[in-house]
Amino acid sequence: MKRKPVGKIIVNILVILLCCVWLVPVYMVIVNAFKSRAELYENIFAFPKHFTLEYFQGALKKMDFLMAFKNSIIVTVIAVGIIVLLSAMTAWMFVRSNNKLSKFLYGLLILTMLIPFQTIMMPLMQEMNQFGKFFGIPFKDSLGGLIFMYVGFGAGMGVFLFHGFIKSSVPVSLEEAAIIDGCNTWQLFWRIVFPILKSITVTVIILDVIWIWNDYLLPSLTLTSIKNKTIPLAMSLFFGQYTIEWNMAMAALTFTIIPVIIFYLLCQKHIIKGVAAGAVKG
Amino acid sequence: MKIKKGWYALFTAPLMIMFCIIVIIPFFTGMGYSLVSWDGLAKSEKVFVGLSNYAKIFSDKQFLTSLVRTTLFTLITVVIVNVLALAFAVLVTTKLKVRNVARTMLFLPYLIGGLILGYIWQYVLGDAMSTIGDMTGLTNIFFNWLVNKKMAFCAMIVVSTWQMAGYMMIVYIAGLEAISDDVIEAAEVDGAGFWRTLINIKLPLIMSSITICLFLTLSNCFKIYDVNVSLTGGGPNNSTEMVSMNIFNEIFTKSHFGYGQAKAIVFFVIIALITLIQVKITGDKEVSA
Repeated sequence: MKRKPVGKIIVNILVILLCCVWLVPVYMVIVNAFKSRAELYENIFAFPKHFTLEYFQGALKKMDFLMAFKNSIIVTVIAVGIIVLLSAMTAWMFVRSNNKLSKFLYGLLILTMLIPFQTIMMPLMQEMNQFGKFFGIPFKDSLGGLIFMYVGFGAGMGVFLFHGFIKSSVPVSLEEAAIIDGCNTWQLFWRIVFPILKSITVTVIILDVIWIWNDYLLPSLTLTSIKNKTIPLAMSLFFGQYTIEWNMAMAALTFTIIPVIIFYLLCQKHIIKGVAAGAVKG
Repeated sequence: MKIKKGWYALFTAPLMIMFCIIVIIPFFTGMGYSLVSWDGLAKSEKVFVGLSNYAKIFSDKQFLTSLVRTTLFTLITVVIVNVLALAFAVLVTTKLKVRNVARTMLFLPYLIGGLILGYIWQYVLGDAMSTIGDMTGLTNIFFNWLVNKKMAFCAMIVVSTWQMAGYMMIVYIAGLEAISDDVIEAAEVDGAGFWRTLINIKLPLIMSSITICLFLTLSNCFKIYDVNVSLTGGGPNNSTEMVSMNIFNEIFTKSHFGYGQAKAIVFFVIIALITLIQVKITGDKEVSA
């Protein structure tokens, strides 16, 4: 199929236009966050005539955005880190030991991925209450407890992805050579195997970051005090508390979208590859 | 390779213990909770009622309505999302110069997350719509969708489509790019046009991507909660309350912990059945080339 150059340019422009239309909602939120109230109702699509940062300041305070941002970062980074390390270790052990127990546990991890969160949320909360009383440390309303729960929920997908990768592309001969050279199992895993897992590690990190950063239901059940709120929680609190003042709300939404867009632009290739790989293997 | 038991335990036990505490134990205690009547307070007694919680579900009109509504929502959304995602994927796997930019832009909504998306669209379909209506006078299309029962339901479909289409597009792209150029060229030499190649060559070869996408959209749509909370809150007048929200409200708002848990278990059975049947059906149609 050969088209004339003019036709090609037109098709290119049409595709870009389509994509711009697709992102109009994001554009509207960001643009309108800078407008004064009167201007907002004048023309909702136009660029602001007078930029005002008034609503950003208001939103920053009312939402306590920096606190929420800090909490979200802490929970996401630590939980994803633990999921990656522990799932890689577990998956490698399952593949290499290849005994009945490993097969059973692996099957269990995969099967339970079908359980919707709603099915276990209530009993899990009861259990966490009892754990809190029993051990005398808060499992609920603490970032540590939330991280603990994310690791449990992330185990299935993490082990599944590492398991598939190790089985198909980590040669046993390499490991045997390392053992002959005197590596023990611990050194063997961290020095030889783990570095080979880099590409699948990136996939697991990307998928878990998207999931945990945006997750709302689990934190809404566990975190009650203001100082522990993550971004989605702070947002729902913000929308629930005030009769919606759209200027302020849009400033708050802009705050939450911008970090996501920056993250996306920085590691775009990894994200698209990771999401595709994760879905195809899932 | 021989592995000592000590190493085995050290490598697998930490994760498996956490997994059991967080997923396995609550799953089984949940079955226990579904057999009692309890208001969730530690001091109140849990009264054993047997299977009557499950029997009650069949006469719970609100739950059954939300189940039908969720099914309808899922069917419509799955079709729209997959058709749109496939169209996008075909568009950005052509030799267009802007294909990479287009991919990037179309995929963005998926990263923002259901709750925030819902709030963004609450503005677009609510306030912004009525403002446009006031300006243009076309008030029969441009009005606050979220106060109208039918349009609020459509709003759920629009927002979910917006969220998931880019994500599924990425999966379809992976499938389309895996088809070897030889096959396509051979088809073109034989005189197959664009549609012919798409329907008779490309679609059968990306059956595995279709299976994955149907699986993901089906379960995501059926479990939808975040968008429901932030976009419509189940309203107006409970007309957009989906199953997840119904279960959440039964347990945590109405404090029917036992009964709500019975619903949660039924929900699990439905999801497991749907996804297993779907994977079986489309899985059988996969072709290898």
